Amino acid sequence: MPRRLLRDHLVVQDEWLHLDEVAADRRGPETAPSRVILPFDRWLADREHWISGDGSLGVRLDPPDPVEKLLGDLPRLALVALRFPGPAEGRGYTQARLLRERCGFAGELRATGYVRRDQVFFMARCGINAFELPEGEFASAEQAFETFTAEYQRANDAGLAQPLRRR
Amino acid sequence: MYRYDAIDKTLVAERVEQFRDQTRRFLAGELSDDEFRHLRLRNGLYLQRHAPMLRVAIPYGLLSSAQLRVLATIAERYDRGYGHFTTRQNLQYNWPRLEDVPDILADLATVEMHAIQTSGNCIRNVTSDHLAGVTPDELEDPRPWCEIIRQWSTFHPEFAYLPRKFKIAVTGAPQDRAASLVHDVGVHIVKNAAGDLGFEILAGGGLGRTPIIGQVVRDFLPREHLLSYLEAILRVYNLEGRRDNPTKARIKILVRSLGIEEFRRRVEAEWAQIRDSALRLDEAEIERVRSYFRPPAYRPLEDLDPVSGREPAFAAWYKYNTHAHKLPGYRAVFVSLKKPGIAPGDATSAQLRRLADLCERYSFAELRVTHTQNLLFADVEQSATYELWRALAEADLATPNIGTLTDMICCPGLDFCSLANAGSIDVARLINERFEDYDYLYDLGELDVKMSGCMNACGHHHVGHIGILGVDKGGEEWYQITIGGAAGTDATLGSVIGPSVPKHAVAETIARLLAVYVERRTADERFLDTVRRLGLQPFKERVYAASAAA
Repeated sequence: MPRRLLRDHLVVQDEWLHLDEVAADRRGPETAPSRVILPFDRWLADREHWISGDGSLGVRLDPPDPVEKLLGDLPRLALVALRFPGPAEGRGYTQARLLRERCGFAGELRATGYVRRDQVFFMARCGINAFELPEGEFASAEQAFETFTAEYQRANDAGLAQPLRRR
Repeated sequence: MYRYDAIDKTLVAERVEQFRDQTRRFLAGELSDDEFRHLRLRNGLYLQRHAPMLRVAIPYGLLSSAQLRVLATIAERYDRGYGHFTTRQNLQYNWPRLEDVPDILADLATVEMHAIQTSGNCIRNVTSDHLAGVTPDELEDPRPWCEIIRQWSTFHPEFAYLPRKFKIAVTGAPQDRAASLVHDVGVHIVKNAAGDLGFEILAGGGLGRTPIIGQVVRDFLPREHLLSYLEAILRVYNLEGRRDNPTKARIKILVRSLGIEEFRRRVEAEWAQIRDSALRLDEAEIERVRSYFRPPAYRPLEDLDPVSGREPAFAAWYKYNTHAHKLPGYRAVFVSLKKPGIAPGDATSAQLRRLADLCERYSFAELRVTHTQNLLFADVEQSATYELWRALAEADLATPNIGTLTDMICCPGLDFCSLANAGSIDVARLINERFEDYDYLYDLGELDVKMSGCMNACGHHHVGHIGILGVDKGGEEWYQITIGGAAGTDATLGSVIGPSVPKHAVAETIARLLAVYVERRTADERFLDTVRRLGLQPFKERVYAASAAA
């Protein structure tokens, strides 16, 4: 079953596939996705090959992958996915802010891996706007964007629906 | 002190509801142990040896009388009638029930308190000098800056999942009473050549398994850049700190492996990008926060001699348990939580209530927690110290031992903590029994004894003049002794004197160390000075000569 996704506060069918899912995709050539998310190392290795294709491209960063190495390529990318391997991982929050604020990335910024309703508020405050949640977490995740209605510090907030109250 | 406005109240109330929901889901089986662990640890809740432990934040150690009363009531309603003050100016409850924790948090919120970020790999409660605002040697009151840091770091979305915990201490006086050199970041208020006040920023200090003294990252930071500079340090650490091994994940390991030069270069490069962002503090915000820390309504008074004509017990207490105040006629008064036989740092509900009454009568309704696990009335009229002493003595809170051997810092140890290798509270008891002669204690003078039940060093043993570390030796509790450590401006790590000793020999070992000091000290030397002058050898020889450790 194709994945569902919370994107900009709507539950949608995911039209993207991670590279390792492409081979397993049984939808056949006529419906094969034209949108592929490449791991960062594959992107570095085969950059010219992928750019010359006609599909839309996304790149997935693992926590240690340096955001700045993607800087020159961001105009060609429709999506950047940030992988969270587990509940303790925190580098993706900084990667997200750097992509939005330092690199000016305006495309889809997606959290993948361990993504739960208890993380989405801070993720959204760092600029992440799409969430690969487990089935069953969609309704509660939408409420999680309103976990807090005020803020103590400026961040990015691109993923929130409503601005937070501040002094 | 700082008072909540609508923004603070909203955030704390929403946190209570968030945690209530998380606890409900855990109890309903919707969250695994591991998932809930990551959530509860961001709210000061540990599942310990006997019961959960809840750590309540006391920002930079400042408490109102109303807060004291609620802490007392919580201890009775949900715990066993006492709380434990920690070296980071917080309060721990050792016996709450998990199901009750959301209600405890709701009670705390009624007096503008919480347990946010008191544990877990995030920015912890910011600590400061317990004499802030009243000490004569201060450049500026550090508490407004602590509050500014508290607000910036609370629910900071980018730094909620750091490689490891992160502790910040701020001081405003040349003498460091906040152990800032053994914090992840130390912020010192300093004056530059032009006479402007700003900050010296240190990073990479810490205790634990690998004790390291912090190093200067920037010698002068203009005040408006405080938050952008901290954000730059945290950002470098969040991306580059090690996450593969928790014992190598503190910022001190990153600073050490990069070297301070390279670490500074990375921080400054990041800071250059954000220094003029929204993080830049404007004067209006600094003034807004400062307005909460204006001096109380002091009366114009003259200095007097409260001791003359009073009994010697009062004179001893006055000498050891009070401290100079910047204004004539006032005195800062310590409340000793180190009565022999009581776990260091513990206070009962009755004592907390009594302290609430007393601080209302004698010290503008505020009380402070010190990093040495005592309490402080900051603003007592000298003429009232005798009355206050009598009242404190009735409540068992006037043990005249501040700064002496029996004013030990001590972690909860094996009795409560699931990490500990060895007990610390009963060792404190043994030491107290051995050294109960106050004339001898006073003759020994200033002496910091610090004890931790394991390598995590919650009792700061590395920076004790005498440090005691509990180690597990084939299932038995043994203790490694260090000497020559110091926590203040001249922070130094102690040196291990030799093989560890069994529990029954700890007090005898200390007695032998002190005997060497008494024989060899020069006129005004403290124990620490004698150790620095003589080195380890004479102490080592005495301790192991006739085998105290047998």
